[in-house]
Amino acid sequence: MSQREVLELLRENARYDVADIARMTGLDADEVEATIEELESAGVIRGYRAVVDWDKLERERVRAEVELNVTLDRETSYGDIASRLAKFPEVKALRLVSGDYDFDMEVEGDSIREVSQFISEKVAPVPEITQTVTHYVMTSYKESGIEFGDGDDDDRLSISP
Amino acid sequence: MTIEPARRVQAVPPSGIRKFFEIAEERDDVISLGVGEPDFSTPWAARDAAIASLERGRTSYTANRGMRELREAIAAYSRERFDLAYDPDEEIIVTAGASEAVDLAFRAFVNPGDTVAIAQPAYISYEPGVLFAGGEVLPVVTREEDEFRLTVDALETAGAADADVLVMCYPNNPTGAVMTRAELEPIAEFAVSHDLTVFTDEIYAELTYEGEHTSIATFDGMRERTVVFNGFSKAYAMTGLRLGYALAPATAIGAMNRIHQYGMLSAPTTAQYAALEALTACDDDVEEMVAQYDRRRRFVRSRFEEIGMPCFEARGAFYLFPEVPPNWAGTADEFAESLLREQGVAVVPGDVFGEGGEGHLRVSYATGLEELREALRRIEAFVGEL
Repeated sequence: MSQREVLELLRENARYDVADIARMTGLDADEVEATIEELESAGVIRGYRAVVDWDKLERERVRAEVELNVTLDRETSYGDIASRLAKFPEVKALRLVSGDYDFDMEVEGDSIREVSQFISEKVAPVPEITQTVTHYVMTSYKESGIEFGDGDDDDRLSISP
Repeated sequence: MTIEPARRVQAVPPSGIRKFFEIAEERDDVISLGVGEPDFSTPWAARDAAIASLERGRTSYTANRGMRELREAIAAYSRERFDLAYDPDEEIIVTAGASEAVDLAFRAFVNPGDTVAIAQPAYISYEPGVLFAGGEVLPVVTREEDEFRLTVDALETAGAADADVLVMCYPNNPTGAVMTRAELEPIAEFAVSHDLTVFTDEIYAELTYEGEHTSIATFDGMRERTVVFNGFSKAYAMTGLRLGYALAPATAIGAMNRIHQYGMLSAPTTAQYAALEALTACDDDVEEMVAQYDRRRRFVRSRFEEIGMPCFEARGAFYLFPEVPPNWAGTADEFAESLLREQGVAVVPGDVFGEGGEGHLRVSYATGLEELREALRRIEAFVGEL
């Protein structure tokens, strides 16, 4: 149970320090530290990342959601195709999904040209891939559970009974 | 000619929190731990039900006592959740916030000159409510050494045996204290043996972090003498929708309804639809909010202990009630004012909640964790410079 609680808190904010998590859960700091180490070494926690609203920066950052259809043969599995695609640093997320297409791939680059080139030159030529449909992200409203926006919508009275 | 307010209105002083509100409004970097309302939004399903009711044009009065469907849902919820069995036709009234229910009860059951014992520190509206009804307030002071729980000793010391009405609120605003079944039992016996009418404000019942909430109305001999107040503001984050209710025997609800039907007619219809949905479809939202409050509660209390401001372990509502630091020479009111002016952190001094609150601060943790962290850092800096 404490594992789950620690995970929930880290998912909420990976920058909570051990002392804060200990305060919130009522566990000892040592227990929290041990739990986090355990989760890391068991591969449950795979990394810590910032959730970035790129629109707030001057620098352009282009993201695309790409739908991929594939055909399998006797020698090739979904896993084989996935491990090939996942190795590209441009690919930020890759998931096998049910429905009209097989893989849902998230690609990031510095320009639309860079992303398009990557898809046409690196992804489309993979022999098992039969179709790619690229959707460029125009605006992000929510990422990793965090809503983007000005965030200052607390209109409660500052003091109330 | 000027219009002269009635004497009983003039006799009630302005609220003690007003000064702090005004200072807080002067600056824009204030982190407020002075709010008595959730920072969450009303669960979406409840908002959606309110919108749908408007789309369908359901904007007329409802029955004075509230929509029957809602009263039935309240009856089912109260029975299942708190073992409180009340008839939706005769023993439940839906009001514009629990505050209206409290006010109705004072007006319905307090005769001019009657004595109303109030367990203090207490929510700031009880005392004016008694005075507006022409009653006299008898403070029953609860102490930190008892973890701000009401005891028979406190009742006897205050002379509450001769009172007509006893008002209590657990989980408590402002202390966060809760009372267990074992702790409530002697209070119930006291009420029965001295023939007290009991008003029990249980608006924070869902926000009980350890153990189960017990209502004093569930003890032998209590149902017939108790009015239970509850509402949707706290557990369902619906403060602005103004919806509460009271549970009591038929004659009592009938008396409250007599006032309500002339003054309010019926509680807001849109809010009643939201409340119905809240009761029937928002358990998960409540559970999530309670889990968040609980984490913040542990966090804030632990920080106060670290800062050197003793703080008993409040187990309910969303308030902590720490003491001002031992090296602070002035009152809690002065501490709160200096803290607000120097560090931009708003808290409410315990004095405004009546006797027993002196030397304490009400700190609400109905604020995001990041802000709580920063507020406590500022409080630590302030205390460190004393």
